[in-house]
Amino acid sequence: MGAHLLANYGEAVAMVLFGIGFCNLLLQPNLIKKIIGLNIMDTAVYLFLAEKGYIAGHTAPIVVDGVQSVDAYINPIPSGLVLTGIVVSVSVTALMLALTIRLYNRYHTLNLDEISRQLKKEGL
Amino acid sequence: MDFVCNFPCISILLCLFAGIISSGLRSHAAMWVNTALLAVNTALSVFTLTYTLENGPFVYVMGRFPAPWGNEIRAGVLEALMALFFCIIMLLSLFGGRHKLLQEVSENKIGLYYVLTDLLLSSLLALIYTNDLFTAYVFVEINTISACGLIMIRQNGRTIEAAVRYMIMSLLGSGMLLLGLCMLYDLTGHLLMSNIRESVALLAADGQYQIPLIVAIVLMSVGLCIKSALFPFHAWLPDAYGYSTVSSAAILSSLVSKGYIFLLIKIIYRVIGFDIYHDTRIIDILFLFGLMGMIFGSLSAIRENDIRRMIAYSSVAQIGYIYMGFGMGTEAGMTASVFHMLSHAATKSLLFIAAIGLTDVSGGSRKFIELTGSGYRHKWAGVTFTVGSLSMVGVPLFSGFISKLLFAQAAVQNHAKMLPALIVLGISTILNAIYFMKTVIRIYTPVEDSPYEGVTFRQTSMYSVVLAAFIVLNVILGVSSQPVVDMIRRGLAEFM
Repeated sequence: MGAHLLANYGEAVAMVLFGIGFCNLLLQPNLIKKIIGLNIMDTAVYLFLAEKGYIAGHTAPIVVDGVQSVDAYINPIPSGLVLTGIVVSVSVTALMLALTIRLYNRYHTLNLDEISRQLKKEGL
Repeated sequence: MDFVCNFPCISILLCLFAGIISSGLRSHAAMWVNTALLAVNTALSVFTLTYTLENGPFVYVMGRFPAPWGNEIRAGVLEALMALFFCIIMLLSLFGGRHKLLQEVSENKIGLYYVLTDLLLSSLLALIYTNDLFTAYVFVEINTISACGLIMIRQNGRTIEAAVRYMIMSLLGSGMLLLGLCMLYDLTGHLLMSNIRESVALLAADGQYQIPLIVAIVLMSVGLCIKSALFPFHAWLPDAYGYSTVSSAAILSSLVSKGYIFLLIKIIYRVIGFDIYHDTRIIDILFLFGLMGMIFGSLSAIRENDIRRMIAYSSVAQIGYIYMGFGMGTEAGMTASVFHMLSHAATKSLLFIAAIGLTDVSGGSRKFIELTGSGYRHKWAGVTFTVGSLSMVGVPLFSGFISKLLFAQAAVQNHAKMLPALIVLGISTILNAIYFMKTVIRIYTPVEDSPYEGVTFRQTSMYSVVLAAFIVLNVILGVSSQPVVDMIRRGLAEFM
């Protein structure tokens, strides 16, 4: 068990980061901290993919000297997945930030619990 | 390959292009583009459905890259049926809520609303048809973003807060889904559903990597449960459904959550394999949370004093029914769940659209005290709301009865889970009856010298036609359910 963890320390770190990000997104009352948690969570997944996609000694899959052996290159798909994931997470983060600005302009606080309290008081 | 095989791909692309074109059009033109798009998509789904009924399922290879590398679309009876249903319900919901949309949303945003619905439809269709897990993830995110836009298009504090809460829960869910499918990719080396299933079957036969496989399955299942608002994760739902404009509420409750559930069905059948999924015992957890949702959702609905929020809480209970059907772990349970997806989609959008007619003739108030006697002031909305309530409670003739019957039959076939399922089904039906019949009695309690005026048919002809269409849809599902159930059975068998 311990030896496996040591050999795959990158993946282990990625899982710990995912947990940190997940808890921040779920539990922090502050909206900006929630968004930071979201970004940590997404980045952890990319770290996991990058760790899994890299094979020691292999290079990027671009053929230059006519070497076409499978042993020479890494699999390009995880990198492609990371790029797609980054695009998704950028757009989601932008949307969350826009919503945060809207809420801040209306209620002058970033605390989601406080906003809920004010909404109850409004009784809308 | 026949020309019909292009239709699923064409319908997804049409939605995307319609969204792009609509963003440059004026609101009125965008509305007509959207209506035409929905009509065309309905027609395409009908063609796909008849084709798959005759010739069986087909796989459409995108760009002609062969299986392990390319991206694929798969269409069978079940997918085409779902697509057809989603298009019809979205069309009816948009028509039914149009007058409210014009009142509640500022003039320059109405065009954007139709852009968002176009994109939402594209993501729903892609979730239905895709055969590739990562494509499914990307469209899950598109679905989330456009649904968030639908919630907050009506600008007030409540909807923005609801949109933020919705986004947070959705992002937690999609994060887990992404991690789960990355793990599955690492285990199997494939992203196409059929290839993953072959590899997973090999892994299960060897007994290798059992723990990572279970972790991946759990992450994907829980992620999709969070996104579809299964019971403990429903905190965002009443505000999002209760305060957004009525078309959004109808679309969100009847289509968006169903899209995620349909993806989960595809993951269960086409990615993991039904037997392996069954052996992981995750279905017991789904079963438990489904039962809890059925009871607690109904209890929250009884306590509610606001008609829109009451219908929203009722959604929580109905999602619980669907997951309970998954939890049975049998073919019959799955069939019941899929039928309930259709029946709930038809009924819940009907209830939201009918409720808006009742609140309109009560001075815009949604409190029950003001709604007294509104069934007389707006006759069509009153009748429609009654039909929806009867369907939800499970009175014969309406679709809700058939789904309750299918659930009960499925429960009887599964000895271990028969008792809890039947007991909770009974309790939940009684609770449903309490809050829906309370509302129906309330709207048909005559009041003397009411301060609000009624409406005539002439004033609301368009809206009334939509309500009539909803009633017809509901009765069709209830009366001639056998062909639909047969199609669902056949579609699920094709998934195997």
